[in-house]
Amino acid sequence: MGLNGRASPIQYNSTRFKDLFLTHGLSLIYILYYKPQTPSLFGEIMKAPPVKKKEYSLRVEDREPGDVILFVSGRIALDDLNDFTSDARSILQNKPLKKLMVDIAGVNYLDSAGTLALFQLEEEQTARSASVTFHGVTDEAKGILNLLDKKAHHIPPLVPERKPPNILEQMGEATRLLLNDFFEVLSFVGELILALISSLRRPRSMRWNDVLYYMKRAGVDGLPIVGLISILMGLIMAFMSSLQLKQFGANIYVASLVAIAMVKELGPIMTAILVAGRSGSAFAAEIGTMIVNDEVNALKAMGFEPIQFLAVPKLLATIIVVPLLTLYADLFAILGGLVVGVVGLDLTAYSYIQETREGIAVFDIVASLVKSGVFAGLIAGIGCQRGFQVHEGAESVGTFTTSAVVSAIFLIIIADSAFAIILNYVR
Amino acid sequence: MNKEPIIEVENLTTRYGDTTILENVSFRVSRGEIFMLLGASGCGKSTLLKHLNGLLRPSSGRIIVNGTDITAADEDTMREVQKTIGVLFQADALFSSMTIFENIALPLYEYTDLTPGMIDRIVKMKLALVNLPGYENHMPSELSGGMRKRAALARAMALDPLLLFFDEPWAGLDPVTAAELDILIRSINTAMGTTMVIVTQELASIFGLAQRVIMLDKSVRGIIAQGDPTELKEHSQDLKVINYFNRKATGGD
Ligand SMILES: Nc1ncnc2c1ncn2[C@@H]1O[C@H](COP(=O)(O)OP(=O)(O)OP(=O)(O)O)[C@@H](O)[C@H]1O
Ligand SMILES: [Mg+2]
Repeated sequence: MGLNGRASPIQYNSTRFKDLFLTHGLSLIYILYYKPQTPSLFGEIMKAPPVKKKEYSLRVEDREPGDVILFVSGRIALDDLNDFTSDARSILQNKPLKKLMVDIAGVNYLDSAGTLALFQLEEEQTARSASVTFHGVTDEAKGILNLLDKKAHHIPPLVPERKPPNILEQMGEATRLLLNDFFEVLSFVGELILALISSLRRPRSMRWNDVLYYMKRAGVDGLPIVGLISILMGLIMAFMSSLQLKQFGANIYVASLVAIAMVKELGPIMTAILVAGRSGSAFAAEIGTMIVNDEVNALKAMGFEPIQFLAVPKLLATIIVVPLLTLYADLFAILGGLVVGVVGLDLTAYSYIQETREGIAVFDIVASLVKSGVFAGLIAGIGCQRGFQVHEGAESVGTFTTSAVVSAIFLIIIADSAFAIILNYVR
Repeated sequence: MNKEPIIEVENLTTRYGDTTILENVSFRVSRGEIFMLLGASGCGKSTLLKHLNGLLRPSSGRIIVNGTDITAADEDTMREVQKTIGVLFQADALFSSMTIFENIALPLYEYTDLTPGMIDRIVKMKLALVNLPGYENHMPSELSGGMRKRAALARAMALDPLLLFFDEPWAGLDPVTAAELDILIRSINTAMGTTMVIVTQELASIFGLAQRVIMLDKSVRGIIAQGDPTELKEHSQDLKVINYFNRKATGGD
């Protein structure tokens, strides 16, 4: 977003051909020449861990049968937790125990994990119905013994008030969520259309700078990738079909095949999917992040209508730009076909273009523009709607961004099927 | 002190879903005073603030801001009210894709017919006021937390509001910056007579700035004390209030 047409600092660099080839070429070289260095890594892992010197010592003294003193001395810390517990257990294992006195006067270092080891010892021996007492507790040790709650691991976790739902409930819940989502999308679309109409009625209230900015982001910045993919599609389509058509000497029909397939179906759909991936996701992420940072609340508190302010410029920009992108995609695909036709099929450029012009009618082009306009509305609408669904946390921004792309592509396919049927009757 | 109320809250009840956060809360804020909302974490201070600036609508009760009932106001009425208030969010909420200048200029462009030259002058004046002169071309991400907070204050004051709302403005500021913010808030209050409603836990600022406070508590879902903070500290009988003002733990001593 930018006032005065200023570009946002957070924007994607436009993918230039040069960059594309540079990065892809480089990664290819990298893959070819990459020699995995596994042997040394493997060696590292297989090396046995260094044997650790014990820094504590345990000594048992029987005063009477069943009455035992355990002298603990040295350092008990986090690293010693396992060893200490098992050592203490094994040293006391075969003794009949009624009274156990643990003398820790010789302990010179005790941290919270060490304290835990002592508590564990107490608990284990108490479970064997011995009475356990600690002796020789220094002031420092007393401090840490008192600070820690030895029953902490018995405290049951607080249960948030939700029962694990059974499968029927889960299905019901899923259905409810799906329906809810559907109605939310519908009501958002309603609000968005109202906001768009009211903005168009009062053009002064429209944020035209933002519209231009998003036209650049969704349109101009998308030119390289859309062009590249289209020309490749044109090449591939022409090449593959020519293999068949050549056999019948029907080379010239390659031109109309590419033109019809592209203008009627592939151009709008492919452009829309690319825009959904590039811009639909960006819209959702931008609005979602603004919600997380309270920026949307700030807008509301200033008396702005977030949908009007954030969603309408994106919607309008996308609706303007996607049909143009579609035309551009069609042209590049035809160009790709032309290359195959001229180089591979001995057609003249003139005859190829002539055949292309005969293959498509004005009606087809208009229909394809209308179609891509509708796709554009779906992409921008669902992108913004998913963005506004973000409630809290960076994680939900990611979730809804993904959802924006998936839902957009789904809706594009549905709408395309609907168009296929409608156009069939309109014609 | 001027006793005419600028905010009147009557029997406000707020809920999130089935959980009632506040119940039957009533209080008034007088014109021109520095008024603070206190209380333990999670008692509903931010929620209450969002009701006062129209971001949330109450479940029942009445809220009157500057003579307009905003309880069920339509959007146009609400917008008129919101033009007269400024809000400073805890997370500064500057628009991260705009420069500081654009952030502050946005409400001016949107709500006034001033010429760009005039708007430029106003923005520079506000930036100087919050002690950020010359920072208009920085992006929010290029400023420190304290500077962002001041920039957000400049934005909140862009339209010279009658009322400023702050949610924990001192959180995360170093003592010196916090003291500077104290001085700034007080001087804006005295110089322009702006009413300030501030959610905070910062004892020094409470005693230094607040003319009146209300303290909310979760157990009663409402107000447990109100009045002058120094008086409350000395004369309150409520253990919770005493502990709060003396920064004392409830558990042992
Ligand atoms: N969007 C929400 N949905 C449901 N419950 C919420 C929501 N926002 C806040 N709450 C609940 O409302 C209560 C009050 O929250 P609020 O944010 O107003 O507290 P607070 O007093 O501002 O706390 P703090 O000082 O920690 O900011 C909390 O118990 C919180 O769990
Ligand atoms: Mg809060």
